[in-house]
Amino acid sequence: MLVDIKLNGKSVKADIAADMTLYEFVREHGCYSVKCGCETSNCGLCTVFLNDKPVLSCSVLAARADKCNVTTLEGLQEEASEFVTFIADQGAEQCGFCNPGFVMNALALFRENPYPDEDEIKEFLSGNLCRCSGYEGQLRGIMNFLEAKKAKEAE
Amino acid sequence: MLTIQNYKKVESLEEAYELNQKKANRIVGGMMWMRMGDNRMNTAIDMSGLGLDKIEESDEEFKIGCMTTLRQLEVHEGFNEYTEGCVKEALRHIVGVQFRNLATVGGSIYGRYGFSDVLTLLIGLDSYVELYKGGIVPLTEYAARDYDRDIVVNIIVKKRPVNMFYEAVRITETDLPVLTCAGVKFKDTGVCNICIGARPGRAIVVEDTEGILAGGINEKSIEEFSTFVKTNVPTSGNMRGSAEYRSHLAGVLAGRALQNINRD
Repeated sequence: MLVDIKLNGKSVKADIAADMTLYEFVREHGCYSVKCGCETSNCGLCTVFLNDKPVLSCSVLAARADKCNVTTLEGLQEEASEFVTFIADQGAEQCGFCNPGFVMNALALFRENPYPDEDEIKEFLSGNLCRCSGYEGQLRGIMNFLEAKKAKEAE
Repeated sequence: MLTIQNYKKVESLEEAYELNQKKANRIVGGMMWMRMGDNRMNTAIDMSGLGLDKIEESDEEFKIGCMTTLRQLEVHEGFNEYTEGCVKEALRHIVGVQFRNLATVGGSIYGRYGFSDVLTLLIGLDSYVELYKGGIVPLTEYAARDYDRDIVVNIIVKKRPVNMFYEAVRITETDLPVLTCAGVKFKDTGVCNICIGARPGRAIVVEDTEGILAGGINEKSIEEFSTFVKTNVPTSGNMRGSAEYRSHLAGVLAGRALQNINRD
């Protein structure tokens, strides 16, 4: 079947199988930041924005995204760069495999709630699994990022 | 693995209904649970283009469209106010925001999953399921039915004033619950509904067959009802907990729910 999906601002027309997932679609069109970590709709690594809402791309059919806006980390370089650099400088992560999904969902959180508290961060990001940290590094990193952002804005 | 031959975004409920009469075809809600099993289907029926992804609030009721996501319901101000925040409490532990942005209320209700927080949350309220062909039926009745090939169009919750409580036990955050419990006190009649789900069977409203609460809610009747729930609500064991453990939890949570909703 034919679909026309606006991927990172560009219209992508393709003939796809009925059971192709959005995850497979974005990978096929060069968005390799999106990865599949679990196969059970749990890990959050395949997070993309579907019409600006974070979703698990592994669990939604590409056909349903026809005529929708889909955004991956590749399309958010500007919005993501400050946060990504900060988190890296904090040494918050170890292997970094979970990073793209984590960054996507963190950006979704900041869009909805620019200054979340610790509980709000934990709740919003609870669907992003990391198997090498105990989440402490990321949590500390985000808290420091928010502090730095606040201080900068106060100047 | 999920194998789908054809995909159809339907343009009317009638079209969805016609397609859904064939055994090889299925309606795809959020597809979250469906994709976990080995499912083959001829045509996947997608109702996402019918505008059924809305919550309509009027003076009398909430009308929740079947394609409304769990996240929409979770953050709906009016429904949170009505349920005293119970909707947020019931849904926020389900996997993650990205999951809840896809999973649909209609899918949860049609699926009548044993582990469902959604079913436990809604079943004790004055709630109904609007079916395309089968009319409007009480959710308690629908929850006990077998699967058929009708379509859940809306879930309706009447705005009778309530005090409400919700608590679920999970071994670990975002996992399926070991046991779920909701308590509802209707302020107009004083009737209290205690609902137990993830037994691990489907959620039920506990029937007060011994009339324990008929004489009012007090320390004594709460203790008696708690024991009644522990002894009489059917539970069984699975990888998340034994029947004995679940029965114990059910008794404790039922008591806690009654304590909480016993307010003016």
